Amino acid sequence: MESDRIIIEVKDLVKKFGWFVANDQLCFNVYQGEVFGFLGANGAGKTTAIRILCGLSKPTSGRVIVAGFDAFSQPEKIKKVIGYMSQRFSLYDDLTVYENIRLFGGIYGLTRSEIKKRSEELLNRLEIPDLRDRLIGSIPLGWKQKLAFSIAVLHKPKIVFLDEPTGGVDPITRRQFWELIYEASKQGITIFVTTHYMDEAEYCDRICILAEGKVKALGKPDQLKKTFNAETIDDVFYQIAREDKQT
Amino acid sequence: MAKTLISCSGVSKHYGDVEALNNINLDIFSGEIFGVIGPDGAGKTSLFRLVASLLIPDSGKISVLGYDSVKDYRAIRKKLGYMPGRFSLYQDLSVEENLAFYASVYGTNIEKNYHLIEDVYSQIEPFKKRRAGKLSGGMKQKLALSCALIHSPELLILDEPTTGVDAVSRREFWEMLKRLKDKGMTILVSTPYMDEAKRCDRIALVQNGVILGVDTPEMVIRQFNFKLFAIRSEVRHEIIRALRTFDSVHQAYLAGQLVHFTQVNPETDDVERYLMDQGFGDVDIRTIEPDIEDCFINLMMN
Repeated sequence: MESDRIIIEVKDLVKKFGWFVANDQLCFNVYQGEVFGFLGANGAGKTTAIRILCGLSKPTSGRVIVAGFDAFSQPEKIKKVIGYMSQRFSLYDDLTVYENIRLFGGIYGLTRSEIKKRSEELLNRLEIPDLRDRLIGSIPLGWKQKLAFSIAVLHKPKIVFLDEPTGGVDPITRRQFWELIYEASKQGITIFVTTHYMDEAEYCDRICILAEGKVKALGKPDQLKKTFNAETIDDVFYQIAREDKQT
Repeated sequence: MAKTLISCSGVSKHYGDVEALNNINLDIFSGEIFGVIGPDGAGKTSLFRLVASLLIPDSGKISVLGYDSVKDYRAIRKKLGYMPGRFSLYQDLSVEENLAFYASVYGTNIEKNYHLIEDVYSQIEPFKKRRAGKLSGGMKQKLALSCALIHSPELLILDEPTTGVDAVSRREFWEMLKRLKDKGMTILVSTPYMDEAKRCDRIALVQNGVILGVDTPEMVIRQFNFKLFAIRSEVRHEIIRALRTFDSVHQAYLAGQLVHFTQVNPETDDVERYLMDQGFGDVDIRTIEPDIEDCFINLMMN
């Protein structure tokens, strides 16, 4: 579900680490409810930008507004209205499914009764009420990632950031995961997602491709394929990354 | 027929109550790139650890390069290079120190086998003084491959070497593997990326500790016994939901900008008419050839 309302505004974002420019004058807007794909080769500057958008790191210069809050001066407010999950860190292996839900619900300030109600809804929607008391470490990665996503949106955030959420997951689970993303998007939650699977890039409403810390392409998948005269986003990506290596 | 380099017969492995592998029979030939394709938890890593002599099977026998994987593990380990799925080099040693260490463990040195790793290592050599823990994901992977190759192994075992690696680096990685194969190396590799399965000489599809099938990628595709429809539409998710309530549905799933659909009675039930009846008049439906991902999805769901 896309709208005209800008939920993330990034203008001339620069982030330097010493002499190294990780983000070089980034400019893009993300609209409420859209699925926004953020692509780039390893080292293109994606993680640096996501950390800034999540309020975990301050930009060196530029204007960054996330859900109405300024990334310079109001990072704590940003953290409250977003959700986050990544491939590397999602849930605590040595807590049970329910304990994880309770922990994250509590961190985001849900009341006991809200947590109870929403965790039941969540387990039923994923059709796994019997996994409630199992240790996270003992359930398959695919389930873990689906749960992690559902927990990341448990507090009904305005935006959820997904950093390579489907890495290493089988093709069926990957698709189930995207169906969850789509449902969340329909409820108005904005999805900001990175992936190395180029077929997943095609599932996004719009995509932004970074290389060398700069925005090299931004638009709907169809538009980009036309602009780059390519058949797939994989080809678009390859053209951009190749160019990057030659310079 | 090429020489059999690895042979598993009746191999099973349990961890407590969990059955990781169940009666695996598999032959891998000299000089091939053999891909093990399967979801997380299918048993890929257990299989690789057994072949690498790092685990002992509960039952069955594994012969690697003519040696028994349990009795002759010392002989096997000298001749194989193993790159585990998790980065397991020394984070606080430099790139160069890691490589020198692995070379010395195998009684060789970097100079002697530089020609083997040059292709890979030259790309990270400018950073040879950097600590391994400070490398990017793609560079770590190149260092791990260099370390696995430094003793000139006959067999290379790579456990999900490209997970988390970007699309361009993945292509380059597979070009590298192809060049190693051309030098005569046998490569056993696992991957969750279906497009990479195409680049293997033969593949095994694994699920729940069982091998679903072993064949060349072309033959796996040829054995696909459904008519595959590709549906182009702006409302893919709604179409999928509608298709799932179609009597004749087998599978309906996203595939890039298309919806892929297979059905049990393509002769009698007209999917185009069904979609029309459901209010999806303006869709483009055509039959297409499947790829490995379609085969895998339809096999897994059986």
